[in-house]
Amino acid sequence: MAKKKTTKKKTKKKIVVNKSKKTKTRVVDKKRDAETIKKIEKLAGNVVKSSLAQKEPNFSIPTRSVSNMKYNKKKRILEMGDATQTRSLFNLGQSRKFMQSLLLSKGCKELIQAEKTLSLRGMYYMGLHTIPGTKEKTFNDQGESDTILEDLEVALDGLREELHVFAKKRGTMVGNITVVDNGDEINCRKMGTGGYAIPSICEPNIMQFKECTADFILHVEKDTVWSRFNEDRFWETHNCILTEGSGQPPRGVRRMLHRMHKELKLPVYCLLDCDPWGHYIYSVIKQGSINLAFESERMAIPDAKFMGIRSKDYERLDLSDDVKIELNDRDINRAKQIAAYPWFEGKREWQREIKTMLNNGFKMEVESLITKDISYVTEEYVPTRLQEGDFLD
Amino acid sequence: MTPTISTPDMPKAKQPKKSTRSKKTRTTATAETMAAGQRDISVSEFFAKNRHLLGFDNPRKAMLTAIKEAVDNALDAAEEGGILPSIHVHVMQLSETRFRLTIRDNGPGIVRAQIENIFGKLLYGSKFHRLKMSRGQQGIGISAAGMYGLMTTGKPVVIISKTKKNKPAHEVVLKMDTSKNRPTVISDDEHPEDDQLFEDGHGTQVSIELEGKYQKGRQSIDEYLEQTAIANPHAKITYVTPSNETIEFPRAIEELPDEPKEIKPHPKGIELGTLIQMLERTEARQLGGFLQKDFCRVGATKAREICKGAGMTGQTWIKTVGHDEAEKLYDSIQKTRIIAPNTDCLVPIGSKALLAGLLKEVKAEFFAASTRPPSVYRGNPFQIEVAIGYGGGLGRDDSAKVLRFANRVPLLYSQSSCSSFKAVAETSWKNYGLTQPRNSIPSGPLVVLVHMVSVWVPFTSESKEAIADYDEIRKEMKLALQDCGRKLGTYLRRRKRMARESERRSVFERYIGEISRCCNALTGTDTDKLYKALMKQAKRRTDEADNQLDDEGNLIDDNGRLGHDEDVVIIDDVQSLQDGDDTLFGKSKPKKKTKRKTKKKTTRKRK
Repeated sequence: MAKKKTTKKKTKKKIVVNKSKKTKTRVVDKKRDAETIKKIEKLAGNVVKSSLAQKEPNFSIPTRSVSNMKYNKKKRILEMGDATQTRSLFNLGQSRKFMQSLLLSKGCKELIQAEKTLSLRGMYYMGLHTIPGTKEKTFNDQGESDTILEDLEVALDGLREELHVFAKKRGTMVGNITVVDNGDEINCRKMGTGGYAIPSICEPNIMQFKECTADFILHVEKDTVWSRFNEDRFWETHNCILTEGSGQPPRGVRRMLHRMHKELKLPVYCLLDCDPWGHYIYSVIKQGSINLAFESERMAIPDAKFMGIRSKDYERLDLSDDVKIELNDRDINRAKQIAAYPWFEGKREWQREIKTMLNNGFKMEVESLITKDISYVTEEYVPTRLQEGDFLD
Repeated sequence: MTPTISTPDMPKAKQPKKSTRSKKTRTTATAETMAAGQRDISVSEFFAKNRHLLGFDNPRKAMLTAIKEAVDNALDAAEEGGILPSIHVHVMQLSETRFRLTIRDNGPGIVRAQIENIFGKLLYGSKFHRLKMSRGQQGIGISAAGMYGLMTTGKPVVIISKTKKNKPAHEVVLKMDTSKNRPTVISDDEHPEDDQLFEDGHGTQVSIELEGKYQKGRQSIDEYLEQTAIANPHAKITYVTPSNETIEFPRAIEELPDEPKEIKPHPKGIELGTLIQMLERTEARQLGGFLQKDFCRVGATKAREICKGAGMTGQTWIKTVGHDEAEKLYDSIQKTRIIAPNTDCLVPIGSKALLAGLLKEVKAEFFAASTRPPSVYRGNPFQIEVAIGYGGGLGRDDSAKVLRFANRVPLLYSQSSCSSFKAVAETSWKNYGLTQPRNSIPSGPLVVLVHMVSVWVPFTSESKEAIADYDEIRKEMKLALQDCGRKLGTYLRRRKRMARESERRSVFERYIGEISRCCNALTGTDTDKLYKALMKQAKRRTDEADNQLDDEGNLIDDNGRLGHDEDVVIIDDVQSLQDGDDTLFGKSKPKKKTKRKTKKKTTRKRK
């Protein structure tokens, strides 16, 4: 452990050194940091004020639940409503969370002042200790601190990045683009079989696009499918950028897609499984997620298109019976739920798509196309769809 | 009104007994030969053979019954004489199975002439012919005990009595002649040397030697005396055990209960046979006079109404009333509406005294009592009292303990056939926060005391073990139980709430330290100052938890229902109750030395 720590520190120091050379980004950073610290101090200041006045100390947090979600039809993204919930110390159910929130705010402030960033897990350890005089730990697991951090983000109206916290990175990218990541130039055409791991913070101060020749972005659901495309050099033959989000794409991937879409004007096509989870991944990329609705503006890609797998593909492509995976009750419920979301409700084609899937009674994975031919998906399926412009919106 | 033996004439009643001693060769009995074997049986003889009817079935029970009869008589005597009873019970073990019981009271004493009748004759006494609330009812008890002693050991009963300070104590040694139901006086002396036995200058002492068995635990003498002390908080009882330990049951209330009034029978409370007897014995000569004089709640109008209903008038001569007329009269009484008997003849223990009694003998933390208004069954007024004790040092795992009393006498046997036990089982205690198996009494640290007072307690048998199951009685019992149950429920809910509040506080307190430190780091506010401010607020917000902590007295003033309820006592200092977990009602079964501790406890608790 000790060894690891020291190595970590060393790498960080290096980064700092690297960063310090780029004075341009640092200036923006400091201003943002100062603002964030001010927000944190205000939150704590309110608590102190009401405590000393013998009033109930509390702070309010915008509610992060479906009930407080609004679908903005004009912008075509999910937005958070105005509903807030109060978190107070003298409420048995909230007492612990109240304490945890303050503990993590304190952690964030220290982090910002030290000009360092930490992972979610790092934050968990930062806040973790046993409460003096008891056997109770401040956090039982990382899950507890993660939700508190998300609460804190919305409560402070600051992003996770602004709090100097990042999530575990997930998702890969390859294609006709060159990016600058924290000063390092990365040519995504030369990433070998592994691809470029999309960092969890893709804010402009860290990540810049240097040069891009691609025409569009193809986002696939999983690493396995992505490997197929990479091996077949799909991005080269079709001049695109190939991304993958390991299932539900993390913030980093979504932010990256959003920025490439907005700044480089690249259309985004999604190749996902034909099941409720695939549909929801598409929905998250397009409209934003319920949990992080407050970030939709920065992450959602309302113009993203759904390429497949379509429920009609079974018949259209004459797939074998073996690819069918039966829908279970959970799938059916989830599908109905999704069909009822306001952003799917008005789309006749989507309603038909989900209905067909339910009528079929089975779901299909992207990999099922392998039954036709190993490279069927890269050589036939996607090119055909692109040519025909056959997408679901 | 009484089951088998209902009149004092009974002993003389002819009861032909067929002695058909059949030999191997069958001899035909003629009326004459049979007549030779037919003779009187005295009641004493009857009971000598059927002693289980009186509660002398086995040596252990016999000894308890003997003590019970003597103590009941002693308490009755002292109360009737207007004296706060001090009773001394001495059980001396003479050999493995032989004991001498000595019971001494400070009552008014017995005049010399009556001693042999009272102690030597079955069915002789002052209590049978009247309708008055008293412990004894039939006049069988003490003489039966003496008879049992005589039969098992051959030793006579020794009675010492002193009626006045300036009169010497009198010692009478008695044997009873069972065949004639007549006492035989063996010796009769003045015993001035026994004067120091009676500190108050009067009293009676009975000594009976009998075959017995001494065993502690349930249905023991110890239990009986302990329960007697609960139901008679105005009595002081000193008990010397066979192992020569002295246990004191101190007096908790320095006040005699009111003297119960004697009442006349209520017309609706009698049966046809009794009516006929009353007609035979009345001093009145005309029917109207008889009804008005010999019954309660019958005035001139009512008497006329009854007579009219039977096709007679108030002027009808009693002499002319035969069996048929009596039956008509009886029917007419049943049809006529008559107000219930007056109930001032009943003297309940009273909630306050009941609590005092329970408090000194039961180690619970919560006590509640409830006294029902008097009611009537079969024309007999009665009243039900219930008290409960909960928590504290009571056993948590067992089912509740039911203490049954009738006219202040503990009932130890035949629990499950007793009306009060059934009432406890029928009450749904789940509503009050207790667990209760189906069709059973609740479980948990609970003692339930049910007391019935009546001019005539309907026992299921002569041994007076269980109260008969009349609907009216059970209903009253249930109502009283429910009343106590509600109070217990309130208390338990409040206790839960207090626990919850103090739990809440401890949660807040745990986090306040963290929060103060965080705020200090974030805003620079003084950690200590913030900590104190928050703690103050936490305390204020959970002040309900303090109810328990702040008070020291027995009564908690929670500004709520329980605080103002006089029939509820809550012991705060539960800790002191728990350190000696050993009375009869405590966790463990009583063992050898436990009694002494009990004594210490009770004296200490008395304030």
